[in-house]
Formats: sequence, structure tokens, C-alpha cells
Amino acid sequence: MAGKIRENINYDKIAQMESFKKLTKRKNNFLWTLTVIFLVAYLLLPILTSFTEILHHKAVGEITWVWFYSAGLFIMTWGLAHLYVSKANSFDKEAKAIIEEYERGVN
Amino acid sequence: MSITAIAMFVGIVGLTLAITWWASRKNNTASDFYTAGGGLKGWQNGLAISGDYLSAASFLGIAGSIALAGFDGFFFSLGYLVAYLVVLYIVAEPLRNLGKFTLADMISARFDAKKVRGTAALSSIVIVLFYMIAQLVGAGALIQLLLGIDYWVAVLLVGFMMTVYVLFGGMTATSWVQIIKACLLMLGTVIISFLVLAKFDFNILTMFSHMSTATEAGEAYLNPGLKYTNGIDTISMLIALVLGTAGLPHILMRFFTVKDAQTARSSVIWATWIVGLFYVLTIFLGFGAAAFVGKDAIVAANAAGNMAAPLLAQALGGDILFSFVCAVAFATILAVVAGLVLSGASALSHDIYGQIIKKGKVTEREQVIAARTGSIIISVISIVLALGAQTLNVAFLVSLAFCIAASANLPVIIYTIYWKRFNTTGAVTGMLTGLISALILVALSPNVWNPVEGAAIFVGEALFPLGNPAIISVPLGFLGGWIGTLLSKEADEAKYREVEVKAQTGISVQDVSH
Repeated sequence: MAGKIRENINYDKIAQMESFKKLTKRKNNFLWTLTVIFLVAYLLLPILTSFTEILHHKAVGEITWVWFYSAGLFIMTWGLAHLYVSKANSFDKEAKAIIEEYERGVN
Repeated sequence: MSITAIAMFVGIVGLTLAITWWASRKNNTASDFYTAGGGLKGWQNGLAISGDYLSAASFLGIAGSIALAGFDGFFFSLGYLVAYLVVLYIVAEPLRNLGKFTLADMISARFDAKKVRGTAALSSIVIVLFYMIAQLVGAGALIQLLLGIDYWVAVLLVGFMMTVYVLFGGMTATSWVQIIKACLLMLGTVIISFLVLAKFDFNILTMFSHMSTATEAGEAYLNPGLKYTNGIDTISMLIALVLGTAGLPHILMRFFTVKDAQTARSSVIWATWIVGLFYVLTIFLGFGAAAFVGKDAIVAANAAGNMAAPLLAQALGGDILFSFVCAVAFATILAVVAGLVLSGASALSHDIYGQIIKKGKVTEREQVIAARTGSIIISVISIVLALGAQTLNVAFLVSLAFCIAASANLPVIIYTIYWKRFNTTGAVTGMLTGLISALILVALSPNVWNPVEGAAIFVGEALFPLGNPAIISVPLGFLGGWIGTLLSKEADEAKYREVEVKAQTGISVQDVSH
């Protein structure tokens, strides 16, 4: 598995490329926006259950709303995990294009 | 103890030793030892992460907590699962792209200073030791109960096994022990859940309606508030759970066992599904134990509820299922402590000895010897501490480990990857502020001080009101890193650009030979 690893990479040059700056910005915006969203959704549960009673009521049969909220968090986790993968795959393609652009410039 | 139980224990020990023997033949370099040569596939690492993560605290602890406290116990399942989104979104890929063997490697990719590496190694070792003491003390008590042997014999047995796996099989053996354990644990949990559901005619509504009258708490059992009555403390604990995972050294280390960021990504997806399904099933384990074993019998076996799942297995599936679940619990403990030994050893031998004391001038052979020596040192220290802690109530040490990871490691990981201005001073002050504030606040907390003798380590009033200090110590960790950075003029933007390019593209670790 020991492959050849690139050497003497000019990191400054890549970091200054417009395409790289754009990719990093979009990627970080995506990551941090969703991170804030899922952390808020998650922390809202103990906030609601500790300081209000709104999730304590029965929804279906004896099942109270907290269980539905929790189920929502599970579905959110799986959903966002897969959203991340599809996004990351497209970011990968752009990163690959950036490296190719850089290597064309070097050679 | 029955013949079946002995056969299953011997089976698990035999299987794991056979794997270790197999793995020992390809355990020649430091990279083999710490990262299985970086050659694991996504699904393998995903299963291994699950095996590393689903500790006895998850399997036995959450089942017991739900059985005794209803929804409040399920908070752990939620926190432990959502934590994987933090790992996936923020940490996993940059970590893989920047690091080699340890968390300190990753931070040192940006700040090549001994004090940064030393602090990162220190915080890793502290987390590993706390986590390990909790696991070993729990394991000792459990195995004492299951096999009827003395506590100290049980701790030595587990300690001996974990040392053998790591010493001879390194990361390859540890990973496969974790993979097998994850499969066995899922199998056991699915079987028990199926039997519980069958009792309720496979109708969730029937189950909930039965549970609303099955315990002395009545309908309150199905709502939060039975155990956690202090809202701020509950929120604080949930912060530690969700942010801690992304700073746990033994979990982070697993990302160095795969070849690139794409594989790291797919391993988190695997782990998220396996771990998530497991946590869904904890509802059936907990409800089943409350309904078919009963609170009195659970508490009589172990006050914290740790015997809930095995007792439920016995009630529903007789001696065979009971023996199987006990053997799975044993495998669970072994898999987790082996992973902990390895990550402790990597911080001690690779960071402190190899990089700081020897300044990176070590031959391959010396590195392997150092790694083995480090594993023995970490094992011996934790065994001695666990033997001394037998009578102490140390279950809270797991949440303390999560809290330190969230307060000391995560802020610095995030700053290193995402903050241009961050510098060496900030890295050191961030980690130390998070580490020290978490330790001090826990030392003053109700987990350590209780007016009732035997309820905590010391008798007396707690000076700090929260059981888990994350809500204070995590912001302090971020603040410490920020202030330290601003106090120092040092700023190396060129180095940050290099780290950013490496983290975002994986250019420095990509295999370009084909």
C-alpha cells in the first residue's frame, strides 16, 4: 500500500488560488451552518424538557412528545450524515480539480 | 457458573487470542502498531469505532439507566449519537489529512513546539486514565458478579488480556477485537430487543401503555425529570456528551487507521448507523428490564443498574442467553480498554518519548520497542489505580473524560483547523484552561463530595453545584485559547495556509502512484 506521496508542494500558491479560496469558503459555510443547526436542535430538547412541560404531553397513545422529538434527532443524525457525504463528494471533485490546476501551473 | 457460560467466555478469550497471534505476525513497524498500517477499510473501521465507542457504560450503563430512570436514561443515547455529527462535520477529515498517529501530531502539524505536543499528550493521557479506571473498576465488579471471582483477580484478568492484545497485536488485533465485539454486541442486543417486542405483540403502543403503569413512577417514567431534576446540570451533561466524543483520544486515533479522508468519512457513516441502531435498541433493553426484571431485582444486583441487561437476558432467554450476554459484556470491556491502552501508549511513547525526548530521532525498531514499553506502563498504572479504587463510586469518571475531551481537546482542534490567527501560546493555554478547569470543577462537585457517607468519594458539601461542569469548562477552554492567542504577538500565516490546504484537500497524504 505504500504509494508515492507528492513532495515539494507549494502550499502558498494553492492557498492563493481563487478556486481554492472559494471552495474553502463554501465548504466552511456549509459545515458550520449545519453544525450550529444540529447543535441547537439537540440542546433545545433538554432546554424544553427542563424548563417547560410542552413535550411532556401525550402524542399517540401513551407516547409523549419527547419520544417523537428524540426520534427526530435520530433521523436528523442519519439524514445529515448522508447529506454530508454527498456534499463532501462534490467538494472532493472540486479539490481534485484545484490540485490538477495547480499541477498544470507547476509543470 | 454454568458450563455454557464457561464455554462462551473461553470461546471469546480463545478467539481474540487467535486474532492477536495472527496480527502479531504483521506488527513490525510503528505504523503497524499504532494504526494497523493505515490499511483498514471503511466498514472495518466503522465497526471498530462502534466497538471502541459502545463501552460497558453504553451497553450496561444506559440499559440500567433507562430501566431505573425512564427517559432520563435515554438522554445518554441521544448525546452519544448526535456526537457523531460533530466528529463527521468538524473533525474526522482534517484530522486524517493532518495527523499521523496521535492528536498531538495533528496539532503539531501547525505548531511544531514541544510545549504544544507535551500539553496535548498530557491531556490525552489524563483522559485515557480516567476513562480506563472507570472501565476497569466497572469490569472488576461485573466479572466478580458474573464469574464469582474476587475483584482483584477480575481486574488483573482484564488487565492481562488487554496488555496481551496491545503488546503483541497492536492496532490490528485491537481493531479486530473491536470489530468482533461490535458484531456480538449488536447480535445480543437485537435478540433481547426482539424478545422484548414479542412480549408486547410487536406493538410499540402496547409497550408504552404497559410501561406507563409498570413502574412505581407511573406515567412520569415516560417523561424526563425522574432522575435529572436540575435543568442546568442536565444541559451541561448533554454538552459534554455531544462535544466530548470529537476529543476522545481513542476515538480520534481510529481515524489514522484508514488511508484517506474519504475512507474516514465512510467509516463515520458506518459507525453512525451501527451506533444509532444500538441506541434505539437501548429503549427495549431498558423498558424490558424495568418490566420483566423489576427495579428491586435490578438494584439488588447492582445499585447503579449495571446488571439490568444481563438479568433481562436471563428472564427472557434463560441461562444460554444470560451467558451469551455476559460473555458479550466481557468482550465489550476488553475491546474498549485495549483501545484505551493503545491511545495512551501512543501519547506516551510516540509524543513524549519519540518526539519530545528523542526529538524524532528514533529508528523504526526503537519506536516499536517504545510503543510496547509505553503500553505496559499505561496498563500497569491503570491496573494499580483500578485496584485502589475498588470501593469508590467512579462511574462519573466516564462523563469526566468526555468533559475534559470537550473542554481541553475540542477547542484547540477547532482553532487549529479553522482559525488563522491561532498560535502556539493559544494552543497551550486553551488546552490547559480546559483541562484544569474541568478537573477543579469536578473535584469540587457533588460527584466527589456528598454529605452522605459512601455516596461519593469524600463526605461533605460540594462547593460547585453541577455534577458535570461542561457548560462552564467548555467555554473556558475556548476562551483560554482565544486570550492566550491574543496575548502573544506570534502569528504564522504561511503555516496556516499550509495546514488549510492540507486539511481541505488531503494533498499531502494522497497516494499518487496510480
